[in-house]
Amino acid sequence: MSTQSNKFILGIYDDEDVLLQGVAKVRESGVKIHEVFTPFPVHGLEHVLGYERSKMPRAAFLFGTVGMILALVMMYYMSYFDWPMIIGGKDFAAFPDFVPIIFELTVLLGSFGMCFTFFISNDLKPYKKPVIFDIRATDDKHVMAIELKKNSKLSYDKLTEILTNSGAAEIMDKTFEAKS
Amino acid sequence: MEVSSFNTNSGSGHETVHHQVVAPVREPLVTGGKTVRDVTEDVCRRVEGKPTKGWMMGMALALTAFIAGGYAVYRVLWDGIGLWGLNKTVGWAWDITNFVWWVGIGHAGTLISAVLLLFRQKWRTSINRAAEAMTIFAVICAALFPVLHMGRPWLGAYWALPLPNTFGSLWVNFNSPLLWDVFAISTYFSVSLVFWYIGLIPDFATIRDRASGFRKKFYGALSLGWTGSAKAWMHYESVSLILAGMATPLVLSVHTIVSFDFATSVIPGWHTTIFPPYFVAGAIFSGFAMVLTLMLITRKAFKLEDYITITHIELMNIVIIITGSIVGIAYITEFFIAWYSGVPAEQYAFINRATGPYWWAYWTMMTCNVISPQLFWIKKIRRNIYATFALSIVVNIGMWFERFVIIVTSIHRDYIPSSWAYFSPTIYDVGVYLFSFGLFFSCFLAFAKFFPVVNMAEVKSVLKSTSGTIKED
Repeated sequence: MSTQSNKFILGIYDDEDVLLQGVAKVRESGVKIHEVFTPFPVHGLEHVLGYERSKMPRAAFLFGTVGMILALVMMYYMSYFDWPMIIGGKDFAAFPDFVPIIFELTVLLGSFGMCFTFFISNDLKPYKKPVIFDIRATDDKHVMAIELKKNSKLSYDKLTEILTNSGAAEIMDKTFEAKS
Repeated sequence: MEVSSFNTNSGSGHETVHHQVVAPVREPLVTGGKTVRDVTEDVCRRVEGKPTKGWMMGMALALTAFIAGGYAVYRVLWDGIGLWGLNKTVGWAWDITNFVWWVGIGHAGTLISAVLLLFRQKWRTSINRAAEAMTIFAVICAALFPVLHMGRPWLGAYWALPLPNTFGSLWVNFNSPLLWDVFAISTYFSVSLVFWYIGLIPDFATIRDRASGFRKKFYGALSLGWTGSAKAWMHYESVSLILAGMATPLVLSVHTIVSFDFATSVIPGWHTTIFPPYFVAGAIFSGFAMVLTLMLITRKAFKLEDYITITHIELMNIVIIITGSIVGIAYITEFFIAWYSGVPAEQYAFINRATGPYWWAYWTMMTCNVISPQLFWIKKIRRNIYATFALSIVVNIGMWFERFVIIVTSIHRDYIPSSWAYFSPTIYDVGVYLFSFGLFFSCFLAFAKFFPVVNMAEVKSVLKSTSGTIKED
């Protein structure tokens, strides 16, 4: 997220349903919304913001498949090709016996792969300094951030008016200084 | 069950929003007319404040058990598991009982957070965090027992994991359910941990944004720079749903595989095909009982009565009746099948179980697991906190005896009467069990103090539809 001395106008909403309607109205007015910050997941917000569906399920499927193949290859290699052991006269390549571990490794790699994809794609990492528009966004307020530069067609007063009409309880300015 | 109607008066620039909550059948899940802000306050207050006297006393008690039991663990590691009461006939007793018991308890957390998420049960929101924490600590306690039973756990990695080595048998035996257990439980632990942590990230951010100094740094590092952007929430929701979808078969697989440890053997009393569903039901049964024990204390100690309400307790008690009844049917089915199979050894194993030298353990199990939870059919009992607390402990005593009965009574009389034996625990069996309790409770208390014990973000998201308040702005 680039924040070089960027000026933002923030609309603060008290209620998630007002926010949902507000986002739709603001977008209808031709305003480009930078991002909306909410203290809890608001269902349907991604639709009104026009975001594409999350691709996390694909990551899970991909990593899960890798886990499954890894488990199969590992077990067939170890107990059939590399060092077959006679234990109770059991088959060296007994597929039914391999099923539990295939399942476990599929789930293990699928969930870990997906979670790390989630961390990386959302730039979540320890000691990362978060770009906080309004501190109340993790408490009880919903914050809509609109970048002035990207909405140069609309005047500041017009933006304020649109935000007021959309149901924002409070309107604020926020400027991020240039990072060195 | 929410119907929201909007009356938008856009001409004047003012909004009138009416939220009508229509749920005449269901009781509110958050009482006390809480607002979103109150949720933050009520949960964070405890994290930010000084530990209470009750907490200090609890921690002191847990650490005492940890240290006293720690001595037993030390002796077991130093002198070997010969210190336990095992003999040639009964080679598995307390420690595998404790293992299965703890793993079973560890089932409720993921069940509450994953299965109830898939079923869209909103009542999970205020209890899932603590239940997941309980799961993680319970699985750690469970893992302790097989590790100690190895005798020389420092070599255990070679026996339990497919690592290249020169100790004889080169790889592990993939045909063995004990090895499947290693994979199942370590996967279960890791996935539960990740599920729990992902849920914690937004709440850590909430604490971070209220804090200063060291606390801000600490929770800031844990929150991974979370800001609550709509995009991140979208991915977060997707990740939670997929994790729940994967954790649901996982949680069922774990106790299924634990039951395979017994069911794939040819020992009468163990060689039973109903073990997988029967063990899973038993695990949920004991897990919910432990969740109730812990939650009843937590809600009282941290004044969370508005979040963990009588309705929550009642719903958990209903799960206990259902799973307890499934377990009861399984006990009866085992007996029926033993008779119906016509196998004398099988029939003997079950008659001996109920009337032999361990009859007292069997009837303790029957009373605690089958009879006592039936009291919850009475609404007054299931909504009574004291009765629930007492019964939740009774259930866990019963579930411990269930594992003891299955394990010890099935092997204490084998095919040669000259090797028949009786198992009695030694002080070291008890000591290691005590150690696991100390570990579990000190971990849980540390969690309850330093982590948000209620999932703030999720409670906030269901607040409007379940708090029973009609707001008008």
